Amino acid sequence: MAQLNMVQAINQALAQEMARDDRVLLLGEDVGRDGGVFRVTEGLLERFGRERVLDTPLCESGIMGAAIGMAAYGLRPVPEIQFLGFTYSAFEQLFAHAARLRSRSRGRYSCPMVVRTPYGGGIKAPELHEESTEALFCQVPGLKVVVPSGPYVAKGLLLAALRDPDPVLFLEPTRLYRLLREEVPEEEYLVELGKARVARPGSSVTVVAWGSMLERVLKAAEGYDAEVLDLLTLNPFDSEAIIASVRKTGRLVIVHEAAKTCGLGAEIAATVAEEAILHLRAPILRVTAPDVPVPLAKLIDHYLPGVQQIRTAIDDVLQY
Amino acid sequence: MPEVLLADFQVKRLEVLNEKGEADPELLPELSDAQIWRLYELMLLARIFDERAVALQREGRIGTYPPIRGQEAAQVGSAFALTKQDWLFPSFREMGAHLTLGYPIPQLLQYWGGDERSQKVPVGLNIFPFCVAVGSQIPQAAGAALAARYRRDPVAIVTYFGDGATSKGDFHEAMNLAGVFNLPLVFICQNNQWAISIPLKGQTASASLAQKAVAYGFEGVQVDGNDVFAVYRATGQAVAKARSGAGPTFIECLTYRMADHTTADDAGRYRSGEEVAFWAARDPILRLERFLERRGLWSPQKREEAAAQAAALVDAGVAEMEALPPPAATELFDEILATLTPRQAGQRKVR
Ligand SMILES: Cc1ncc(C[n+]2csc(CCOP(=O)(O)OP(=O)(O)O)c2C)c(N)n1
Ligand SMILES: [Mg+2]
Repeated sequence: MAQLNMVQAINQALAQEMARDDRVLLLGEDVGRDGGVFRVTEGLLERFGRERVLDTPLCESGIMGAAIGMAAYGLRPVPEIQFLGFTYSAFEQLFAHAARLRSRSRGRYSCPMVVRTPYGGGIKAPELHEESTEALFCQVPGLKVVVPSGPYVAKGLLLAALRDPDPVLFLEPTRLYRLLREEVPEEEYLVELGKARVARPGSSVTVVAWGSMLERVLKAAEGYDAEVLDLLTLNPFDSEAIIASVRKTGRLVIVHEAAKTCGLGAEIAATVAEEAILHLRAPILRVTAPDVPVPLAKLIDHYLPGVQQIRTAIDDVLQY
Repeated sequence: MPEVLLADFQVKRLEVLNEKGEADPELLPELSDAQIWRLYELMLLARIFDERAVALQREGRIGTYPPIRGQEAAQVGSAFALTKQDWLFPSFREMGAHLTLGYPIPQLLQYWGGDERSQKVPVGLNIFPFCVAVGSQIPQAAGAALAARYRRDPVAIVTYFGDGATSKGDFHEAMNLAGVFNLPLVFICQNNQWAISIPLKGQTASASLAQKAVAYGFEGVQVDGNDVFAVYRATGQAVAKARSGAGPTFIECLTYRMADHTTADDAGRYRSGEEVAFWAARDPILRLERFLERRGLWSPQKREEAAAQAAALVDAGVAEMEALPPPAATELFDEILATLTPRQAGQRKVR
């Protein structure tokens, strides 16, 4: 089996699905000739041609809106927005249309598309290149939100997203693109959307994370009897898996790199409070970024939750 | 019924200085030799600053940096027509305009070094922070232009952006606002013919960008963006027009991005060496040197002296930037709101 990084795993998933299904095509800024600014779509223009890999003008709202039209027409477009921070001008298309097309047309039209976009911090890039505003998207009914945490799940989740009948936002943690290599089977496999993964079993505390925080959480969990859940799909998130784990451990720490206030951690904590409060032996703790804009490179390490902060939170709930 | 002709338009291109360094005497702006020499010094400063910034990035001393090489005439020539009272809404690749208006060199480097303290524009300059989200600064310039007119201030509002930005809705919305409200606004498009890997023809099917203004009901002109006199002349006229209340102008500076998109890019993947060489031969600084030489104002030795002066300024800027203490963690919270929320204040305390 090949050892692939996440860039290669995503590239392979796209190539395989494009080969299998001629409805799948890519569009976005620099996705063709340049192979994407992170090289995720490298080689796909050469292999599938200009009709299926479209280098678009610089127009996020146009890209998103065009993808909706293509999807409704019966294709399975994969629009790429160069960074999550540049989806903001496409919110109207995504929120007011992609997420609602099925409902607005009472099922006559639907919007099966996968919006791919690099996301998250820690790469020392310019402003708006390190956003982690995933919770904004999770607030919008009609949109699924998926975040892989490594090459293996990236391939399986992307293939599942590409076959999903509804719009999926596929957030690719930039810090992980080349950080980890894993065995990735050449043959296709699906990682079911909406299901969390036990990244590490344990019995005294549950730690929930996703994306690039997972790697830090796994480091922090060393030496503890902690169960680490990799959420993978943020909406709909796997509340059953979280509650089952919390029933066992009685303690919950949620880690995300987004700001604290109204982050997805709040939704998870509220769900556990509603459904399993009597199983808790300590308050639920969140380890998050502070409520400030994502800073530039010099402060980013003070912004992103670090291994030590995660350990402190685990200690706090264990010693409560 | 015969069809009625509703619109018939022309788009013009302004050229003053040809590649041999010959200027059209009718069109040459009224500038003293000292002013022309100043333009030259500023273009050299922009070039040397840029080379240094790229080198600093390669050495890991600053972060990702977007070179301006090749765009010195388009940036210096336009900013030279402005005053410090005018307002500037830049994108992120107009450091030549910043330098021309006297923006401190250490602060420019500090920004690309990833330190937001640099975004505090010095008092006395009306320059908005660098705008990374392509095109999103343009409607803001329209708002400032509305405000300036409301206040009866005789200033021009200027916004810079690239060819790629003309594909954004924000650009079109701002152009329309400018036309509808007849705003004191100058749109300066740095058409460097590339938006990362997308060439101009992948960005527009129009024969020029300048003609887009026609659809919004005001004047658009293309200028040779490697001709500092053409850029200066067109900007001067547009700014005077704006200040006098005669409305907006769109200036397309046709130039070329001689370097990679940023230090994180490799332009060799998507464009030919011949194309780059073609434009290198049309270097805006060379062209001005040929003009100055014809006037007896230039020699290789004078260039050396001017370059050494510029390099000394840049060296001092680098030293000053590198002498700054790193920001403290609490600076994450600086200037987020006039008063931090209780939660932010609490988060700040534990940093
Ligand atoms: C809204 C938005 N989309 C995408 C990007 C990523 N990006 C940065 S610069 C750039 C190309 C800009 O081209 P142009 O407007 O011609 O300016 P230039 O870089 O040539 O100066 C792109 C796509 C961005 N910064 N903002
Ligand atoms: Mg450009």
